[in-house]
Amino acid sequence: MNWGQWLLVSILLSSFIPGIIIFGLPEKKHRLRTVLNICGSIAKIALVLTMDIGVYFGHIFEIRLSIVPGVELLLNGDPLSALFATLSSVLWLLTTVYAVGYLEGSPNRSHFFGYFSLCVTVTIGIALAGNLVTFLLFYEMLTLTTYPLVIHRGTEKSLRAGRNYLIYAIGGGAVFLFGVVSLQTIVGPVDFTASGFSSSFVDTHATILILIFILLIIGVGVKAALVPLHGWLPQAMVAPAPVSALLHAVAVVKAGAFGIIRIVLDVYGAQNLLFLGVLPLLGGVAAITILYGSVRALQQDDLKRRLAFSTISQVSYIALGMSLVDQPLAVIGGLVHLVHQGLMKITLFFCAGNLAETLGIHRISEMDGVARRMPFTMAAFTVGALGMIGIPPTVGFVSKWYLGLGGLAAGNWWVVAVLAVSSLLNACYFLPILTRAWFGKQQELWPDEQYTGRFETRLMLLIPPLITAFIVIAAGVVANAQISPLAWVRFIVRGYTL
Amino acid sequence: MTVFQFSSPAWMVCPVILPLIAGLFCFLFSHRTFAIALAAALANLLVVCLLTGQLLVFGPMRCHMGGWQPPLGITLRTDGPALLMLLMTAVTGLAITLYAKGYFSYRISDPRRAGRHQRQQRYFWPLWMLLLAGLNGLFLSNDVFNVYVTLELIGISAASLAALSGKPASLLASFRYLLVSLLGSLTYLLGIVFLYRSNGVLDLDLLQNLAANGLGIRTALALMSVGLLLKTALFPLHFWLPPAHANALAPVSAILSALVVKGSFYMLFRFWFETFQSTITLPALNFMGFLGAVAVLWGAVQAIRQHRLKLMVAYSTVSQLGYLFIAFPLAGVDGGIPVWSIVIFMALAHACAKSAMFMAAGTVFLHLGHDRIKDLSGVRASLPITVFAYGIAGVSLMGLPPSGGFVGKWLLLTASLGSSQWWWALVVITGSLLASIYVFRVMSRLFVIPEGFPLKKSEPHFRLLEWPAMVLALISLFLGLAASWPLYILAHGTTTLAKVFAGGLP
Repeated sequence: MNWGQWLLVSILLSSFIPGIIIFGLPEKKHRLRTVLNICGSIAKIALVLTMDIGVYFGHIFEIRLSIVPGVELLLNGDPLSALFATLSSVLWLLTTVYAVGYLEGSPNRSHFFGYFSLCVTVTIGIALAGNLVTFLLFYEMLTLTTYPLVIHRGTEKSLRAGRNYLIYAIGGGAVFLFGVVSLQTIVGPVDFTASGFSSSFVDTHATILILIFILLIIGVGVKAALVPLHGWLPQAMVAPAPVSALLHAVAVVKAGAFGIIRIVLDVYGAQNLLFLGVLPLLGGVAAITILYGSVRALQQDDLKRRLAFSTISQVSYIALGMSLVDQPLAVIGGLVHLVHQGLMKITLFFCAGNLAETLGIHRISEMDGVARRMPFTMAAFTVGALGMIGIPPTVGFVSKWYLGLGGLAAGNWWVVAVLAVSSLLNACYFLPILTRAWFGKQQELWPDEQYTGRFETRLMLLIPPLITAFIVIAAGVVANAQISPLAWVRFIVRGYTL
Repeated sequence: MTVFQFSSPAWMVCPVILPLIAGLFCFLFSHRTFAIALAAALANLLVVCLLTGQLLVFGPMRCHMGGWQPPLGITLRTDGPALLMLLMTAVTGLAITLYAKGYFSYRISDPRRAGRHQRQQRYFWPLWMLLLAGLNGLFLSNDVFNVYVTLELIGISAASLAALSGKPASLLASFRYLLVSLLGSLTYLLGIVFLYRSNGVLDLDLLQNLAANGLGIRTALALMSVGLLLKTALFPLHFWLPPAHANALAPVSAILSALVVKGSFYMLFRFWFETFQSTITLPALNFMGFLGAVAVLWGAVQAIRQHRLKLMVAYSTVSQLGYLFIAFPLAGVDGGIPVWSIVIFMALAHACAKSAMFMAAGTVFLHLGHDRIKDLSGVRASLPITVFAYGIAGVSLMGLPPSGGFVGKWLLLTASLGSSQWWWALVVITGSLLASIYVFRVMSRLFVIPEGFPLKKSEPHFRLLEWPAMVLALISLFLGLAASWPLYILAHGTTTLAKVFAGGLP
């Protein structure tokens, strides 16, 4: 094995080994567990950044393991996997810090952090997967590793949510498996390449390839929460806040969206898809999901549920960008939103968790005047919310700008219309929260005030959202610089002939 | 002495003789039973590894007992499928031996029932050794009558083992099991009579060369197949299996579900894919596939409906055995991997996963004193490893990656879609979905520790109860990643099978 292969393996092991050790640790060893977690995540970031540099300079990272003929595990570091891996590993560090603070003193932490680490290992596996079989492998394992986190509280409600999550995720996984096997029997083993599979199959097997595309999109669409496959996501909100952050910003929903990107760009390829003519279907589903999610978010009083519906809506921007695959600008907008949405949404969930953990606030109607009690948290929340609406100079604006430009370039006015309506709806469901928090008057005592210390809440809960909020603005301001998510996405798109 | 050389075929006798002697010694020295059985299980594993080495170096081998050539003498033979089954039996058998030790020790430490458990233990070890000898003999035999003898040995010792727990339910179930087993053996024997009448030979190699399409052979094959199917518990002949497996002692359940049903299945596999391959018609293969498909769905639905953990695991066996038969109609598919090796591979994966699951279920039963699924919450607090083992074994049963079950199902799906027989693929996928329902229904209970749950101290005996299950579960999980090894062994030692399938099926 050369150093590049060692690097790929150690990226996976840097969270897998801590995870396995943590499972064996006694509940009391709080400090050792935290040290292991933090060291693992810092090591992972360092390794992933090394890979990013290597990828930028054109080094090929690849490791293959043949299992049986036709089933080959392939880990592969290309620009796209570097994007997702970097996002996940950075957000994992922040989420770990946050989770350590959040779960302080609660039972079953070894169990929790063990699965937490496994979950990130699997997510990075999804990022690095170089063919459909490997993607499927990690995609199914993601269901298994997140399930214990969703039911972590062990209440009847969380068990019910977990059951629903499983029904959707395993059902989706089965559809995906069926799609993958069918595709392989037609076009042979599918490695992710910039042009997709050979266009000669498109002429001979057009109908069946369209059907398989739909199957595959349904398979990943369950995790990406495309309407009507979104039912599990709002329910899964019963999980602890770090888990919600993980589900929405780092792992599960992102894995689904990433799957859509891989299928569109690297499995089918732009040219094949344009020939098959299925992209309007994807675009339609994405548009419906964007609008539906926003409208449903409007009706929620529970803060986390509102954020959940907002995720459903926002993640579909990625699918929308992919449906305009012949427009480089739209593809850039979709890809960069993978990162931007993660940053904004994780900020919002951290803040929602802070409110719940510190003051016991779960509902928007309880939030009057909360910004005076927790100014830093609400400042971070405000940044995230403004980003979601798409106000410059936040990153949310950058995504919408590119998507809109792409839509215009394609002559698809409906894309711009969807973006405009959705931004309006975003404003409708986020601005009232902000006005309540900043300008409202506190009506009565906070529902369940837990923490009275020097800062507004525990530092480990406060710092992660401040960092992510800072990045939300910074990455927007320097979007055109050499090092920014946008610059990297441009670098990715240069690799494709769109 | 040439007998003890590496290349000597005489090593083949050891897997049969060793457990037989051990069984005898267990009767004689009833206070050293565990040591004797453990020694036999270890020696058995060693010899099987040696035989595998032999196979990889020299290819398939024959051993003519006493130097008598067939049709007069008895022949033993090793090849890929036989060795994989032997390996499966040796590894699972060793784990079960350790687990049984933990199981009986734990039960004997309960003073109220010590006497009964000691008695159970005294009979368990010799019977288990006899059963092991029978199974090894079955996998090695190259002679239909020998197979009958080993089948009887397996049947009688298995039924006695199933009766060991002594509860009325298990006595009834094991009595029914005994009757079914005898009926199966008799039907099989009747088949042999037809075979002998029309051909005059019983050796499998000779039969394969003779096999013609006569009425005698067809009747014989039909009778032998029905007998074996009855013992394998393929739907609709499965009725006896769930009560017998679920009411037995936990190590016995593991033996019955993981190994015993595989014995008769293995012979069925031999007959249909090798010896009488030229007699088999496509409708017959499709019929087997159909029964398998119904078994997958029916077994899974029944498993979902159960209220007791061990019954659920037993019905899951009915369902998982169905998968092995779905492969039958795909036998002629020209793919990367011959379908018959998928069958053996799946049997292997199932043996590891299912024995791990029965062990885990047994440990939970010991710990709680019941196995009602709705009252399982909190077990993880005192049995974390067992719960983990259950979960990992479940992953393999559901066919999720990277388990052995996944690779097996993947290969089945590829074969069925590749030959445009998509309906089998639908059954396979539906079966996995149903499996995930019954696995997770229990898992969600096991995983949760309700607030304020009293944490029981882990007991020292638990280590021997927990780890064998965990190791087997891990083997079933990583069998997927290491699938090329068993497939390599299979490809190495199957000249006859390879020859047969070079021409494809009718």
